[in-house]
Amino acid sequence: MRTASSRSVTVAVGAVLGAGALLTAFPFLWMVFGSVKPRSESVADPPRLLPREPTVENYARLFGELDFGRYLGNTIAVVLISMAGVLLMAMAGYGFAKFRFRGRAALFFLVPATMMIPVQVTMIPAYLVLDGMRLTGTLIGIALPGLVSGFGVFLFRQFMTTVPTEMIEAARIDGAGEARIFWRIVLPLSRPIVAVQIVLAFIGSWNSFLWPLVIAGDERLYTLSVGLALLTRQIATSPSLQMAGSTLMVVPVLVVFIVFQRHIVRGFTLSGLK
Amino acid sequence: MKPSLAPYAFVAPALLLLLTFGVLPILVAVPVSLTDLNLAGLADWSRIGFVGLDNYRRLFADPGFWQALANTGIFALLGVPAVIVVSFVAALLLHRSENRFFRALRAFYFVPAVTAIVAVSLVWGYLYNTQFGLLNHLLSVAGLPPARWLGDPVLVKLSVVFVAVWRGTGLNIIIFLAALKAIPQEYLEAAELDGASGTRKIFSIVIPLLRFAFLFVAVTTVIGWLQFFDEPFVLTKGGPLGESTSMSLFLYQEGFSAGEFGYAGAGTLVLFLIIAGVTLPQVRARRTDADR
Repeated sequence: MRTASSRSVTVAVGAVLGAGALLTAFPFLWMVFGSVKPRSESVADPPRLLPREPTVENYARLFGELDFGRYLGNTIAVVLISMAGVLLMAMAGYGFAKFRFRGRAALFFLVPATMMIPVQVTMIPAYLVLDGMRLTGTLIGIALPGLVSGFGVFLFRQFMTTVPTEMIEAARIDGAGEARIFWRIVLPLSRPIVAVQIVLAFIGSWNSFLWPLVIAGDERLYTLSVGLALLTRQIATSPSLQMAGSTLMVVPVLVVFIVFQRHIVRGFTLSGLK
Repeated sequence: MKPSLAPYAFVAPALLLLLTFGVLPILVAVPVSLTDLNLAGLADWSRIGFVGLDNYRRLFADPGFWQALANTGIFALLGVPAVIVVSFVAALLLHRSENRFFRALRAFYFVPAVTAIVAVSLVWGYLYNTQFGLLNHLLSVAGLPPARWLGDPVLVKLSVVFVAVWRGTGLNIIIFLAALKAIPQEYLEAAELDGASGTRKIFSIVIPLLRFAFLFVAVTTVIGWLQFFDEPFVLTKGGPLGESTSMSLFLYQEGFSAGEFGYAGAGTLVLFLIIAGVTLPQVRARRTDADR
């Protein structure tokens, strides 16, 4: 029953939500416009949203004077390594979904249990573990602690239980090896969840801060997040330079978010309800 | 067919990593917390000495530890209700219509959740800046005195929490929206026929049906506040005078800035026990609820 009054309530709700959305988005607008202001404008009083003389000098400085080209490369390397984690989580999800084996219940109990202990809590001993493995000061060491999440394994398992067992059995009878069955049948049938996980792994590793900060050690291994956080310690820093660095970090994720919004929302939704 | 090794080969790599970084660190923290392990000891293991419970004694006598613990408690007390209320109300409003305008608006609310905390903290730091920040300019336009957003011992907590709430609601809006969609339409229609008002429907039908979503959001948000790190690190470095230092930032400073791994290891175990104490009852409540 759609009455006129109910429609006007919807319009009012829409207006409130629109105002809220603008407030939410405003810091990003401030960031992007701030990134193309000359230094003098970025510290001017009164502050203005739009730059009077837009410039790309801040971006030029990030990649010229500062080493953000290298940080970008390191970030991309960490993102690529994290994709291997998606494969490992998919394998584990398949193992738990489609095999009956001794110790399965006990091992699967471990998966959500590890989700209760956040890395920020265990960073000191985890650093000592990585140090014992001689992995501090390496890109692998930066990526390794976040490579696999219990939540990811859990999602893969939930999805892969829906893959028809008959197809797997038929392939086995035809003499296909286990690795081949996984690669040729199970993974292609699980494309939706693989897409969700790839997008989440990209966002997580691109944004990751704690492990790059703790493990990198020296500047050659800084990722964008660490370079950006330590930008405040540079002598010749300015708000517009910081905004340029922030824009550099945020925009790729925004693009990925806009393109894959449905996948991301779906991934987050699954996280809440299963 | 004999039992195959295939399943073990599939699950082993991921499980090994989960154990190495999810469980092993807690086990490592136990012996480490009983030693004076520091940077020198890390380079030369023969210089590590056993100190018994000294680290724990020192920890409980350390005002910095209590301050960080109290700050984390304050952050959670402010932040958990704020995140739950804001994201539930936003989800409820967004759920009102399926038209294109509402669907497009959702994206705006989700965006902060996927962006890097380091980057958004810098942006907020710029807005909070006392010399050339926008917020103080707006205050002056309104004829109000400037605020020391990140310099005042009380205000800094609110400022830091606000950034985290602003970023943290998106994910929870998604969760509440999905839960709202799952409510059978007949329930609401039946209530309407019985003459229930809008608020009555929300409090008597929607909220009780959403209790799993509320519990999930509550548990993850509490854990989120216990691991609160990036925002204070970038915005304030924990200052002024430790007023915005969270527990994880305290551990970072003791462990990596001061290089006192043994001492920080003791702090790790204490924080771990707190997290277990806070989350286990909530998880158990959920399980018994699900059994019914």
